Amino acid sequence: MLAILLSVIQLLFLAILAPALSWFIKKMKAASQNRVGPSLIQVYSDLLKLFRKNMVISETASWIFHAMPFVLFVSTFAAASMLPVLGIRSLFGFTGDVILFVYLLALGRFFLALAALDTGTTFGGMGSSREMTLSSLAEPALLLAFFSLGFCAHTLSLEGIVSYFASGSPTQMLFFTSLAFGALLIVTIAESGRIPVDNPATHLELTMVHEAMILEYSGRYLALIEWSHQIKQLVFLTLLSDLFFPWGIAGSWDPLAFGLSLVLYLAKVFFLAFVIGWIEIHSAKLRLFRVPDLLAVAFVLAILSLLGQLMIGRGV
Amino acid sequence: MELLFFVQVLLHILGGIAGFLFEQHGEKANRVTHGLAVLASALGILFSLGILFTGGSWVLELQGSFPVGALRFVAGPFSAFFLLIISFLSLAASLFAIGYTREFQGRKSIALLGFFYNFFILAMLFVVTVQNAFYFLLFWEIMSLTSYFLVIFEHERPEALSAGRLYLIMTHVGTAFITAAFLLLYIHAGSFSFDAFRGAAVTLPPVLKNVIFLAAFIGFGTKAGVIPLHIWLPQAHPQASSHVSALMSGVMIKTAIYGLLLFLFNFLGAIPAWWGSAVLAVAIFSTLLGVLYALMEHDLKRLLAFHSIENIGIILLGVGMALVFSSAKKPFYASFALIAALYHVINHATFKGLLFLGAGSILSGTHIKDIERLGGLIRNMPWTAACFFIGSAAISALPPLNGFVSEWLTFIVLLLGCEGASPALRFFSPLLAALLGLAGALAATCFVKAFGISFLGKPRSEQAAHAHEVSGSMKAGMGILAASCFGLALAAPWIVPILGKVAKTLSGTDIPMGAMVRKSFLISPSESSQFSPVLIALILSAFLVGAVIFLRVLLGKKIVRICPSWDCGMPGLEPRMQYTATGYSKPLRRIFSFLYQPTRRVELEDEGHAMLRTAQRFESKITHHVDEWVYKPLSEFVAVLSRKAKQIQTGHIQLYLSYIFITLILLLFFFGGRS
Repeated sequence: MLAILLSVIQLLFLAILAPALSWFIKKMKAASQNRVGPSLIQVYSDLLKLFRKNMVISETASWIFHAMPFVLFVSTFAAASMLPVLGIRSLFGFTGDVILFVYLLALGRFFLALAALDTGTTFGGMGSSREMTLSSLAEPALLLAFFSLGFCAHTLSLEGIVSYFASGSPTQMLFFTSLAFGALLIVTIAESGRIPVDNPATHLELTMVHEAMILEYSGRYLALIEWSHQIKQLVFLTLLSDLFFPWGIAGSWDPLAFGLSLVLYLAKVFFLAFVIGWIEIHSAKLRLFRVPDLLAVAFVLAILSLLGQLMIGRGV
Repeated sequence: MELLFFVQVLLHILGGIAGFLFEQHGEKANRVTHGLAVLASALGILFSLGILFTGGSWVLELQGSFPVGALRFVAGPFSAFFLLIISFLSLAASLFAIGYTREFQGRKSIALLGFFYNFFILAMLFVVTVQNAFYFLLFWEIMSLTSYFLVIFEHERPEALSAGRLYLIMTHVGTAFITAAFLLLYIHAGSFSFDAFRGAAVTLPPVLKNVIFLAAFIGFGTKAGVIPLHIWLPQAHPQASSHVSALMSGVMIKTAIYGLLLFLFNFLGAIPAWWGSAVLAVAIFSTLLGVLYALMEHDLKRLLAFHSIENIGIILLGVGMALVFSSAKKPFYASFALIAALYHVINHATFKGLLFLGAGSILSGTHIKDIERLGGLIRNMPWTAACFFIGSAAISALPPLNGFVSEWLTFIVLLLGCEGASPALRFFSPLLAALLGLAGALAATCFVKAFGISFLGKPRSEQAAHAHEVSGSMKAGMGILAASCFGLALAAPWIVPILGKVAKTLSGTDIPMGAMVRKSFLISPSESSQFSPVLIALILSAFLVGAVIFLRVLLGKKIVRICPSWDCGMPGLEPRMQYTATGYSKPLRRIFSFLYQPTRRVELEDEGHAMLRTAQRFESKITHHVDEWVYKPLSEFVAVLSRKAKQIQTGHIQLYLSYIFITLILLLFFFGGRS
């Protein structure tokens, strides 16, 4: 009972923490440009304000447009519920594996891309086309990175993989898992719409991907979409920290272990957000047709990692 | 039990013929011929379900002085499985046809359509049950011919005729290879009966075995439409009426899978290691190229036809892994791989049937095939839109629909390849899994395009703006299949054990079901993973209800203002300003340009000055390499050959008589000298 309660709490914790990570990266960027940047309260009050606002909806919109924010939120939330955050046990981790995790995110994206086409504007189509193109190239790299990690852990369940790495993986694996880390980091950047793949701060038609798709949304729908996007970003950061820096994650629901895990988790995800922010500050957005090259790098890294695991790993 | 099958056959025959009695009354003929087909299919479903659940088998033998052995039908679990999908899809397609063929009335003979349609279904039913090579080929030929006539049913259109011709040639090339495979088996076994083939399998010499494998793989591969033997498929399927395309894409190409499995696991004995790799190589090419070519298609039915190639590839991935595991002496894994393949067979039949019926509805509501001229159909055709949407999500392998369940199984099967097997396969099988992921993601892109451009946004033509929803029977046909897309996912823990029975008749090993299904969970054979479709559906719907209620309670009723879409401050958003399907797939066309080698042509007309344009034409084409490199040279070669052969054809009857005479003399020498 306590276990269930705590796993619910860690899921809600992830959802509530998510905007803070976006704030952190914004703040970093502001600092690099000699600006003050928003305060932490600002991101939350932005969300709250959006939730309370009335909506303007296009007359061309159909039920897909209305369903999308909910499906996007629910599928992202369901993917998050499979993920170990503070403790190794997650709420619904037992219901599926990494393949399900990847396809749950695909479900949200499917609706997102359709809703973009629903209002009959050029921007929507543009964003939708770009998003689907890039994500179909990112997905195999993500799967392959998961498979190569699953190879050492001899399981495909997220909990299983995390607990394998948390219990101390053999050091000879380190090189190959770091290759998988590279692959996942690139996928994280692509999936959370960060520079050099997509620029979250722009509304310029040449560069928009994610923003172009949600241009017609307002009010509580927009709030749901923004929040889902933030959760998705944190899900990927948590994934990175779970898989590659699992030390300190609570194996039991002992309060002390839980508290330690909380501190370490915050340190880890903020560090990873720092890495993402650092990359964002120090690189320019790639041309759309250069992004596939970046994703190809992720794919090659994942293949190399897989090859390595094959030589010394155990198989799925 | 037997009675059900008899009545089903009888009703199909009756349905085929009875239409002619009402030749003058199109509507009556339509109701009789398709109504009887619906009835027959319903019985077929009961019959095959009965066999699958009881696990028994049913035998019918017509004794008599048949020169090639008795006409024997057996429906064990393996045949019953294929009977089930044929009957199931023809139930939906026949229901759909009642409304759909109304547009032919007064223009074409519905009775003739019903005749070919019923006998087409009947031939498929016989193909998957008959136990004698001779009759198998006979029914196979009837199936090919009836489907040919269905393809050229609208023979006024030249493209239907040319597609039909290509189909006829390719299907007979395939049949020639299948016949060769059967004849080689006949020479070895000394009989045409399947039982004799099974008995003689152990003593097959290795060389002969490999030759038969190649012949059967090429023959059945042609029918299944694997790349590079696929060229007929994207031509022929779109030309047939939509309910026939649904059957051709949904089940006819699966009879090839039936034949292939029969050969591989029943007739050829122990399996050499290279077969699996060969099938896997063909499978992954079909999967990837199928979806990549589909992405560039804007004719809805051609797009769906290319997706059939993709899905046959996914099925063959399972079959290939089953071969690999069989030759590596891992019968448990082999059965699991077969289950994945069979599961995808029934899933693909369901969602591809649904999508073709949906395409038929669009055609009947707007008379447009080209998605560039559609748009906004979701408002006038809500039911069709909802059904097509479910089909699109299912084929894109999205949870919680059925496509995801069988793709999950295929993923697991491919990852099992890392255990044992050859070192090369240890590396390649996870790579194949990643490529399957790529194909899945590209399929999702393709269906966002197909659904989004045709159903969402604003109508791009008059016809699309005035589209009308289809009739009740067509809605019902689609509705059944759409509901099955959910049902086949949620019932996975019950379906897998049944498929286990089917797989057992192929691989011959009993599978401990406890190791594969535990409560609502599907379990990977190496215990590395588990997945519960029911729980996922529950979680998603619980979260959804939660989110909706939460927002409602916390924030109250939403206040909405309906406005035109944002036009960047420049009034006058036009439908033509929306993204087109060509534009939508442009990024992928550029990224995969090494494959497509796209060519484009832009023509501008102006009034003496480059700025005063009056007209602009844009044309973009991609290269289909197999057509260019293989079939074009081949057809030119055949043309040259026949021009050469023409020289001995003068048209003088005396000359022909002397040809016959010379041939006769030569034959007499040849055979006379022997005896």
